[in-house]
Amino acid sequence: MSLSAAEVNKIAWLARLAIDDDKVEAYAHDLSQILGFVEQLGSVDTGRVAPMAHPLDEAQRLRPDDVTETDQRALFQAHAPLVEAGLYLVPKVIE
Amino acid sequence: MEWETVIGLEIHAQLATRSKIFSGAPTAYGAEPNTQACAIDLGLPGVLPVLNREAVRMAVKFGLAIGAEIAPVSVFARKNYFYPDLPKGYQISQYDLPVVARGKLSINVDGKALTIGITRAHLEEDAGKSLHEDFHGYTGIDLNRAGTPLLEIVSEPDLRSAKEAVAYMKKLHALVRYLEICDGNMQEGSFRCDANVSVRPKGQTKFGTRAEIKNLNSFRFVEKAINHEIARQIEILEGGGEVIQETRLYDSVKDETRSMRSKEEANDYRYFPDPDLLPLEISSGFIEEVKATLPELPDAKRDRFKAQYGLSDYDAEVLTASREMADFYETVVREAAGDPKLCANWVMVELSGLLNKDGLEITASKIDAAGLASLVRRIADATISGKIAKQVLETMWNEGGSADDIIERQGLKQITDTGAIESIIDQIIAANPEQLAQYRAGKDKLFGFFVGQAMKATQGKANPAQLNELLKKKLQ
Amino acid sequence: MHRKTLAELAAGLERREFSSVELTQAHLARIERLDPALNSFITTTPEIALAQARAADERLAKGEAGPLTGIPIAQKDIFCTKGVRTSCGSRMLDSFVSPYDACVVERFNAAGAVMLGKLNMDEFAMGSSNETSYYGPVKNPWNTATVPGGSSGGSAAAVAARLVPGATGTDTGGSIRQPAAFCGITGLKPTYGRVSRWGMIAFASSLDQAGPMARTAEDCAIMLQTMAGFDERDSTCVDRPVPDYRAALGNDLDGLRIGLPKEFFGEGLDPAIAGLIHAAVDEYRRLGAIVREISLPNMHLSVPAYYVVAPAECSSNLARFDGVRFGHRCENPTDLADLYTRSRGEGFGAEVKRRILIGTYALSAGYYDAYYLKAQKIRRLISEDFRRAFEEVDVIMGPTAPSVAFEFGAKSADPIAMYLSDIYTIAVNLAGLPGMSIPVGFSNGLPVGMQIIGGYFSEDRLLNVAHRYQQATDWHTRTPAGIAD
Repeated sequence: MSLSAAEVNKIAWLARLAIDDDKVEAYAHDLSQILGFVEQLGSVDTGRVAPMAHPLDEAQRLRPDDVTETDQRALFQAHAPLVEAGLYLVPKVIE
Repeated sequence: MEWETVIGLEIHAQLATRSKIFSGAPTAYGAEPNTQACAIDLGLPGVLPVLNREAVRMAVKFGLAIGAEIAPVSVFARKNYFYPDLPKGYQISQYDLPVVARGKLSINVDGKALTIGITRAHLEEDAGKSLHEDFHGYTGIDLNRAGTPLLEIVSEPDLRSAKEAVAYMKKLHALVRYLEICDGNMQEGSFRCDANVSVRPKGQTKFGTRAEIKNLNSFRFVEKAINHEIARQIEILEGGGEVIQETRLYDSVKDETRSMRSKEEANDYRYFPDPDLLPLEISSGFIEEVKATLPELPDAKRDRFKAQYGLSDYDAEVLTASREMADFYETVVREAAGDPKLCANWVMVELSGLLNKDGLEITASKIDAAGLASLVRRIADATISGKIAKQVLETMWNEGGSADDIIERQGLKQITDTGAIESIIDQIIAANPEQLAQYRAGKDKLFGFFVGQAMKATQGKANPAQLNELLKKKLQ
Repeated sequence: MHRKTLAELAAGLERREFSSVELTQAHLARIERLDPALNSFITTTPEIALAQARAADERLAKGEAGPLTGIPIAQKDIFCTKGVRTSCGSRMLDSFVSPYDACVVERFNAAGAVMLGKLNMDEFAMGSSNETSYYGPVKNPWNTATVPGGSSGGSAAAVAARLVPGATGTDTGGSIRQPAAFCGITGLKPTYGRVSRWGMIAFASSLDQAGPMARTAEDCAIMLQTMAGFDERDSTCVDRPVPDYRAALGNDLDGLRIGLPKEFFGEGLDPAIAGLIHAAVDEYRRLGAIVREISLPNMHLSVPAYYVVAPAECSSNLARFDGVRFGHRCENPTDLADLYTRSRGEGFGAEVKRRILIGTYALSAGYYDAYYLKAQKIRRLISEDFRRAFEEVDVIMGPTAPSVAFEFGAKSADPIAMYLSDIYTIAVNLAGLPGMSIPVGFSNGLPVGMQIIGGYFSEDRLLNVAHRYQQATDWHTRTPAGIAD
């Protein structure tokens, strides 16, 4: 498995990660190596094996529909990068 | 060429829980920005979701109401994408194992009954809101809505016109309110619709390429946006072009849809089971528990109204369009202890007329069911005529007060004393010898003239049946 | 005072041989003196510590103390601590002051423990050497040219250097056990679901588990008693009674069935380590245990399966770090895309980026089945291997790591070589089982750890098994030269 620089850039965009141009090749190399290492999984027949998403065989617990939270906006926004009038600000979103 | 339209709707109904789907923050609408966004809703580092039982109960209730399968095991998955109103960078939703699957809903369009398939309904969390007013070139993010429970209801592509789409949406809207799982407030976004629209040459079985129209928050917009989109697609196809699969946003001001290119770029949501949540198991006991809470559903109620009250299809349909309307009607019938058809007429025609004029819902009626019933009772027992009753109803609406008080105060009680009516008739006959002669000469139409004169003289209070009978006798 | 174990310190406090304030001051002084050379702490919290110590002394005076009241501990900087920076070893959270406490932190606070500070770690717990921390690597107290292991390297080094008697760690693929082995201390990764993950910054949610790191099994038992238990805020936390871990320590090991997986002793294992593990197993034979060879046939697939599952989960878990509500935000973003990509590009280090990229790739359209789903199936096979093994044995023993602590930079250029240092620990996380590492000797002057793996929720047995060994041997009492005084 070998990833091209273009593929790395595509994944990086999907993950919203800026990667310096001069480092893309190094990432492509490392990621290709890791994917190559992981490829050995393909050699195992797992035709009838159920995928395992959780270590424990338990069901989801349900919470009563009670309001337990109070307004903590001031606390939560105390260290926020940019807020105004209680809103988090981001560069203009164009729909 | 003749074209056929194919429409499927995705409806997002906010579930009427007190707290959010995965946190204990309140869901109330209209709070100050970010005051109802708790650590979990904000996606702070280290927080974890726990599922709200009530949201599950409501989803099951909906599933039972549409005759769907309730999945014994369903799974929450993460839908990964970056957007400022999505705090965690993923939305917790359900993907390949939804809680509700394969239901159906019957609708009535132009007297034709149709059954629309519902592919699935799944639980998910709502996103926050982006406020685009200019904050020095920035967009403001309010996450109060983030984490509000949604039931996404996905129809089969069974709808063939905007009209059918609206009928389906209205029926679903009524249903979720019947079930008391959603307040249905479309202005506040509690009930929203995305429409998948495509056209194909009539007779072709393969679907055409579809466009998804986002954010339709009124019945009128749904109809207009779909019709607009149908016209746009037909125009493209007839011009030899190709419809491209894309997301379009309806602009209600300009009445047009436009492409949302910003959302188009290579969506790859990378769904995978949310490792913070375990599989949702729904036992048959839970389902039975929910089943016991199901109210009478619209279709069953409509059929019962027809059978029990002898109403027409149309009347039964209108009176069961909402649970509140149906309850109001049944209270009137019970309180008036009178003719159900008469009651239907007074609810559907007279009261509804006043409600429409003031733009009010039945729940905000200025006259309650008992008040209307007392008026209907006075018609039934001949205290007043129907015509006078309309006058009384207007007074009740505008000034308040009970029907009996108004009748008493304004002296509207019907004259049923034969002697009194006879003496009035005698006066009228005496005053109009010419008309009497003509009538007796065979001009039957003049009967109405005498009725009118008598009513005028009694200010409409003469009992019409009695008056007719006595008048006929005297004029001979 | 630093020579004493946590249990001995608790006894000393109880007998009023010293106060919690004295104990706290002594440890703070040691940190100030010795930690500059080790870099095990990211943040020290002396004011909080002294206030907690004073409160603990009051509790002790009133006779309302528990076994942790007044005991200094330190938290891995992955646990949210209200009002204190919680960095997770990342530039991304360098400015993040948590507005709330993790469940584990709440429980230590409620027990009256004294928090000395926040411990260094690999960035977002992604690493096996502590070299990925934004705050610089931690040095191994046994030899400062070598790594302390990771990701809980700060916790392991601080305990080994006697800067703190006990520390918390988290273990996603070996992050408690491997550094415990490298630093010659005792560490326990509990069963998945035993300790609440609320407030523990997620790396891979289906694998992460918090646990105690201390000098002895007894100390780990005391700490786990406080950490374990149901928490309704974590859907994956199991509602099941917590046994009295200390009460079980003294049980004898007569007839204990130990399994040695042949896959743990094959190619790639340092022969000196193999020798020490066998010697430790012999000690268990003397304690009455029965030893047999077992097989975990899918063991070799655990590292590749892990390096799909863990990055996939991390790629999603770390999406929330977007520069909008908390954490690093780039200067003057030109648009939304710039805000996201640059904030994240600047905030995360290379290893975190590698894992986010791998995980994103493994979940993306066209690759999900071949990578993610496949790995989930392999995970089932590995878990089944253990289930079968535990039908025949009570505990599984083997090396914790294939080598002793390696030198800085030895593996940082080769991700795969680094990943393979967790070859014996990762399968335990995939299955969700409890595992421990205890010191069993030295090779080239560096500690060697033995791993003990048990069935689900058998922490009491693991602690008992470890404790009995520590009663019979003294490897766990060895102290690195130069920091003894």
